[in-house]
Amino acid sequence: MSDVTRLSVFKTYKLYVGGKFPRSESGRVYEVTDSKGKWLANAPLSSRKDARDAVVAARKAFGGWAGATAYNRGQILYRVAEMLEGRKGQFVHEVAHAEGLSKNKAAEAVEAAIDRWVWYAGWTDKIAQVVGGANPVAGPYFNLSTPEPTGVVTVVAPQDSSFLGLVSVIAPVIATGNTAVVIASEKAPLPALSLGEVLATSDLPGGVVNILSGKASEMGPHLAAHQDVNAIDLTGATDGDLARDLEVAAADNLKRVLRPRTEDFTESPGTERMTAFLETKTVWHPTGSLGASGSSY
Amino acid sequence: MPTTAPAALAFADVTASDGALRRFLHGLPGVDAVGLEARAASLGTRSIKTTAKAYAIDLAISMIDLTTLEGADTPGKVRALAAKAVNPDPTDRTTPKTAAVCVYPDMVATAKAAVAGSGVKVASVATAFPAGRAALPVKLADTADAIAAGADEIDMVIDRGAFLAGRYMEVYEQIAAIKAECGDRARLKVIFETGELSTYDNIRRASWLGMMAGADFIKTSTGKVAVNATPANTLLMLEAVRDFRAQTGVQIGVKPAGGIRNTKEAIKFLVLVNETVGEDWLDNHWFRFGASSLLNDLLMQRQKLATGRYSGPDYVTVD
Repeated sequence: MSDVTRLSVFKTYKLYVGGKFPRSESGRVYEVTDSKGKWLANAPLSSRKDARDAVVAARKAFGGWAGATAYNRGQILYRVAEMLEGRKGQFVHEVAHAEGLSKNKAAEAVEAAIDRWVWYAGWTDKIAQVVGGANPVAGPYFNLSTPEPTGVVTVVAPQDSSFLGLVSVIAPVIATGNTAVVIASEKAPLPALSLGEVLATSDLPGGVVNILSGKASEMGPHLAAHQDVNAIDLTGATDGDLARDLEVAAADNLKRVLRPRTEDFTESPGTERMTAFLETKTVWHPTGSLGASGSSY
Repeated sequence: MPTTAPAALAFADVTASDGALRRFLHGLPGVDAVGLEARAASLGTRSIKTTAKAYAIDLAISMIDLTTLEGADTPGKVRALAAKAVNPDPTDRTTPKTAAVCVYPDMVATAKAAVAGSGVKVASVATAFPAGRAALPVKLADTADAIAAGADEIDMVIDRGAFLAGRYMEVYEQIAAIKAECGDRARLKVIFETGELSTYDNIRRASWLGMMAGADFIKTSTGKVAVNATPANTLLMLEAVRDFRAQTGVQIGVKPAGGIRNTKEAIKFLVLVNETVGEDWLDNHWFRFGASSLLNDLLMQRQKLATGRYSGPDYVTVD
């Protein structure tokens, strides 16, 4: 037996929807090549029905994820970073092939992506203090503003930065309690599909992140017009008029829209991507009767 | 409708004695369980799209007995349900009404007032629903009460204990007595609770027993047990009503209830109806769905077909 050449086992890349790994409902796949045009793997070519199923899964997961304590969400996101660290080699390999980077450059990108998870994990229980707070009022009551997650967010992931860019758009969406339906980079979807495997083993409830591979131009219009999607991040919609068309479709039910722009994902991201998908809820609350001293305490 | 159904006359010899009834029911051909399930599954693979789907959705909406059978039902909840039955989608007035609302007897008067003038019927469960464990006079009083309050349809449960113990005549006589109480005033649906009957043979026997005793409708389940309407048990009951009409000329309705939650499943049932008993039953006088959450899914699918956009639960009423 020892002189028989071993056949390597090819990986079937699958979608990540509702915590499971389905193939595309349509049964279609497309060829993914590296930066030099050499075949790497077949990825599922998702249809609008996969997108629909992903929205259903994201909606189902929203209540539990938005209702989890910020501390708990932070712990889970940190856990994602831990899992990524353990599978760094695989991601370095995939990113190097996808983006045509040297092994060192790819390792830098993957490490930056892991650090980004940690960065956003830390923000989960701090963002409310930064963008919310007690508003000054001229009366014996409190007036408090708190940020609330918007709901189900469709994310068109960046086309070029297949992993650092991907993490930089997903993490801020879910850190604040939204759930995400992600359309991975069309030409480099493999790191995204592998990320699904990491998320599935990181205590992240199924459906919080759903990853679809395929054409943004095919699924985008259906997701942008979907009445049960509350916001859309158009970062990766860089083809021609796609971003404009999606924005028009998104206006129908007043989705929050994050427009595409040139972005350097290696720079510190700031809080903008988190606040883009937050809504501020303001409530007033009586302080109770004031004593003779003018204070209720 | 004559008080003595022609069906009862045709089976006068069968129902003459306990022994004759037992011999007849046990003489019915056995059910090929594997074949039945395979047939039901294969009919479930039909692809119904575009205009056919639009037709099926509207038909399914018009066949719903919109149901609330909770201990926590209040007059307010029943009125909200009735308003939804009359006008399922306020954003689209072309949406058909549902067939009926289905409530407990004490809520019949409230429901009746809420659907007045709309053509939506009021169905009431009766006879000690859902277990059916009460003496006949209590069941008759329960039924009379619902009819007096204005129920157009009575959904009775059979005494599964008596049926499973083999006391078929007792079950037969109870159904016949409730039917007599309904008379011309209400249509009678007989619930077998197929999930408790254990075997397909029993479901076939119960179907014939119910039809011979004068049921206007045979209904799968109460929705209160683990196994409710399935394509296989509904197919079996459809075959029973088909054979019954061939033998007696009397048409009986079928109502699967419980567990049908989305459009895809509902359309599978409509395919079963069309392929088993034909178009004569594709009408809410002869086929109903006992459901509540199904309606919202049908409405979302209807909105999708009308607008081309996927709809969501924010755009239908919460009930």
